Amino acid sequence: MTVTELVSYEEALATFEPVMGLEVHVELGTKTKMFCGCSTELGAEPNSQTCPTCLGMPGSLPVVNAVGVESAVKIGLALNCEIAEWCRFARKNYFYPDMPKNFQTSQYDEPIAFNGYLDVQLEDGEVFRVEIERAHMEEDTGKSTHVGGATGRIHGASHSLLDYNRAGIPLIEIVTKPITGAGERAPEVAKAYVAELRELIKALGVSEARMEMGQMRCDVNLSLMPKGAQKFGTRSETKNVNSLRSVERAARFEIQRHAAVLSSGGTILQETRHFHEEDGSTTSGRIKEEAEDYRYFPEPDLVPVAPSREWVEELRAGLPELPRVRRNRLREEWGVSEHDMQSILNAGAVDLIVATIEAGADAASARKWWMGELSRRANEAGTDLAAMEITPEQVARVCALVAEGFLNDKLARQVIEGVLAGEGAPDEVVEKRGLKVVSDEGALGTAVDEAIAANAGIADKIRSGKVAAAGALVGAVMKATRGQADAARVRELILERLGVEG
Amino acid sequence: MSEIIKLTAAEIAAKVASGELTAVEVTEAHLARIDAVDEKVHAFLHVDREGALAQAREVDAKRERGEELGPLAGVPLALKDIFTTKGVPTTVGSKILEGWIPPYDATLTKRLKDADVVILGKTNMDEFAMGSSTENSAYGPTGNPWDLTKIPGGSGGGSSAALAAYEAPLAIGTDTGGSIRQPAAVTGTVGVKPTYGAVSRYGMVAFSSSLDQGGPCARTVLDAALLHEVIAGHDPLDSTSIDAPVPPVVEAARNGSVAGMRVGVVKQFRGEGYQAGVIQRFDESVELLKELGAEIVELDCPSFDLALAAYYLIAPSECSSNLARFDAMRYGLRVGDDGTRSAEDVTALTREAGFGPEVKRRVMLGTYALSSGYYDAYYGSAQKVRTLISRDFDKSFEQVDVIVSPTTPTTAFAIGERADDPMAMYLADLCTIPTNLAGNSAMSLPCGLAPEDGLPVGLQIIAPAMKDDRLYKVGAAVEAAFTERWGHPILEEAPSL
Repeated sequence: MTVTELVSYEEALATFEPVMGLEVHVELGTKTKMFCGCSTELGAEPNSQTCPTCLGMPGSLPVVNAVGVESAVKIGLALNCEIAEWCRFARKNYFYPDMPKNFQTSQYDEPIAFNGYLDVQLEDGEVFRVEIERAHMEEDTGKSTHVGGATGRIHGASHSLLDYNRAGIPLIEIVTKPITGAGERAPEVAKAYVAELRELIKALGVSEARMEMGQMRCDVNLSLMPKGAQKFGTRSETKNVNSLRSVERAARFEIQRHAAVLSSGGTILQETRHFHEEDGSTTSGRIKEEAEDYRYFPEPDLVPVAPSREWVEELRAGLPELPRVRRNRLREEWGVSEHDMQSILNAGAVDLIVATIEAGADAASARKWWMGELSRRANEAGTDLAAMEITPEQVARVCALVAEGFLNDKLARQVIEGVLAGEGAPDEVVEKRGLKVVSDEGALGTAVDEAIAANAGIADKIRSGKVAAAGALVGAVMKATRGQADAARVRELILERLGVEG
Repeated sequence: MSEIIKLTAAEIAAKVASGELTAVEVTEAHLARIDAVDEKVHAFLHVDREGALAQAREVDAKRERGEELGPLAGVPLALKDIFTTKGVPTTVGSKILEGWIPPYDATLTKRLKDADVVILGKTNMDEFAMGSSTENSAYGPTGNPWDLTKIPGGSGGGSSAALAAYEAPLAIGTDTGGSIRQPAAVTGTVGVKPTYGAVSRYGMVAFSSSLDQGGPCARTVLDAALLHEVIAGHDPLDSTSIDAPVPPVVEAARNGSVAGMRVGVVKQFRGEGYQAGVIQRFDESVELLKELGAEIVELDCPSFDLALAAYYLIAPSECSSNLARFDAMRYGLRVGDDGTRSAEDVTALTREAGFGPEVKRRVMLGTYALSSGYYDAYYGSAQKVRTLISRDFDKSFEQVDVIVSPTTPTTAFAIGERADDPMAMYLADLCTIPTNLAGNSAMSLPCGLAPEDGLPVGLQIIAPAMKDDRLYKVGAAVEAAFTERWGHPILEEAPSL
């Protein structure tokens, strides 16, 4: 591992223009594998979800998963791509122990989708267009576990265990055209692109796209060229950068590293690099002295895929609203700022708020509870907002109880606490904990009378016109009712009793 | 010699169905024949005695229970060792799969079992079906029952020899460049390469995916048709399988006729390299067709001269990729895994020990032909030739119903004669390869013995894709006429073993 002196980010960008290429692999959420009927369920016993085809047994043959093709077309359409009228699979020949056939069934010069773009929105609302080169279908390899070494990498391992459950799971590889003109915002664009793509994939329902589960993996290719130059520099390929934050950090690190090498008169090697989560650095992987020769040729075991135009149009018509468009619509509907919307997005609260509104809550209340109390509790518990043990319907019910005056905010928080603690639905918690705002006029009247009697001095002040002093009496009543009274109503009653206009 | 083994498949099926013979009797007779002659012939790599008898007993039990029997119930069959058989070794004639017991049946194997065909065992073949003599088998050569010092053809020499030696009335072959038809020709038997996609390739170990095609082998045209009908048909597990009704091959075989048919003779299928006796018998066959009422049309198919070259780029290219899976990781041979070597080293040692010279030659050829920078010149050009060949066939079939030619330029050559000369070996498939490249159908059937060596000569009949029934219609007519002329089936002239 060579330690590289980095130049500062600002210095790097003062001299150079970054050019990026992003390759994202998405595991499709199909029930079965791309070319056989084996289950794609995660977490099964190693090698329990295999058959002659995904084990590459002699004589076995592939059959294309129709849902996989449909998903690929949907992704292509959502990325504004052209959809091939006729395309073939190709064999990518290379040797790796966890690849059963020692070729990957992929697509080469006939991808199913090509020439598209994805508009991504940066944090300040600026929209940046990322051009898409292609999206193609392929299959995943098996998984090697290297045993006996210190690092878990193959180096130093005594042996490796192979699990072919993943072999043959459908993948869509989405490749951007070179991203130029992003300048200092390149790392931010990279992150925003991957984030947007992830939202898009989820919205299409073709994959859960969970990066931490390896369902979406990103390679960051980056090169620098002197400002104003036309010819791209030599690129490095940072493999398997598997979180949004890492994508940004990897791009940033490589910009600084390339700049350091180039500024000191060195040359960038075309190589793959490993990204390290701990410090955000990359280290050299394998050097590509010459382009690897995959000896691509059309897969003779499969027939061409020819999506009819009618079918493609049908799929296009059925596409959901794209995430960015939806987000902007919701932002306007909810009347929140760009910044607040970003927070809602980062918190993973968009769909929860939408569902809460659909269940009857008003936008402001729905947003208030999810982004306030519930976000705080999720943070404390270290879980996702969506994983909280409360449904949007239940949150909507809490909002309704508040709106109807049955609960105040303080009580509402207690109701939410009860729901999260598994005490039942909001109404049950209210019932069990006895949390209703005291609205029994008789009981409240008695409490008010007692407070006036006990604080004759204050009562006199109020009678003489110092209405502001009523606060003290309200406090006394609230204390007496253990906070279950509606403070506004208490104030009304006090003023009424004392003959003062509020 | 037991009379049972001389019966045709059609006769056996009828006798088993009527109860005149039991499937067990039939199976035992053939197993006895194998015991008697296979040491000399070496048609089989594996005889599944127990499995065959169990199947036969089941057929007899079914009959006793009054259940409906399959169309070829109780008929024994020799299966080329390229189709997977669950629980029964499948080697493809290679050391690299020695000891492998497949966990699944090929679709073809399943169809045979479903039809109550009794599988006697697995037959010898050139390693990975690469060859024209069965000498490339890692398990030793097979002898031609006409003359045990001669080759039985290849790659399916085991299947054709089993038929000619009366070890089985039916056999299965696969044909990538002629591996069903050329062995049929040199052993005096019948072999059919159906239209590409007619017979499922699922469970058939791949040599060259876009050319490989399984098909029936038999001693008579009708038997081949009966077997064809059992094994053909759409299979959802093979994407290249044709989803259309199987052409009426049995009906055609029962109604042989060439009256009024136009039969093409291709100019390119004769000349240098063709044995005089082969040409003589072929010309007589053409005369016979005329006598039987066919109209003969001369055809010019210039692209056929390029077929061999195109084939030896496409087939090796595909095989270089298909055979990459033999890496010692999951099945078959593993050499040198002593705990000190890397996976790559073990793979290399295994391949070195497990693949024979012809397989290595073709893998290297193919790897080279597919490399970037050479792809267009080699693989790309070969694909263009393939298109030209298809066009020549298309044009020809506008003028004729079938095409005829010699199946192979010479009769059976001596074992060892061409072993060191790959080019001479490749020429054996000169007449058969164009059909594989175009994907249409063809048959070889006996048309006499060459006067100079007394060995069988094959007549090839070629039909358009999915017109396989024409092969049987013409084949049955020719077979009937020749049998009448000779006074008996040609195999009667083979010396007894």
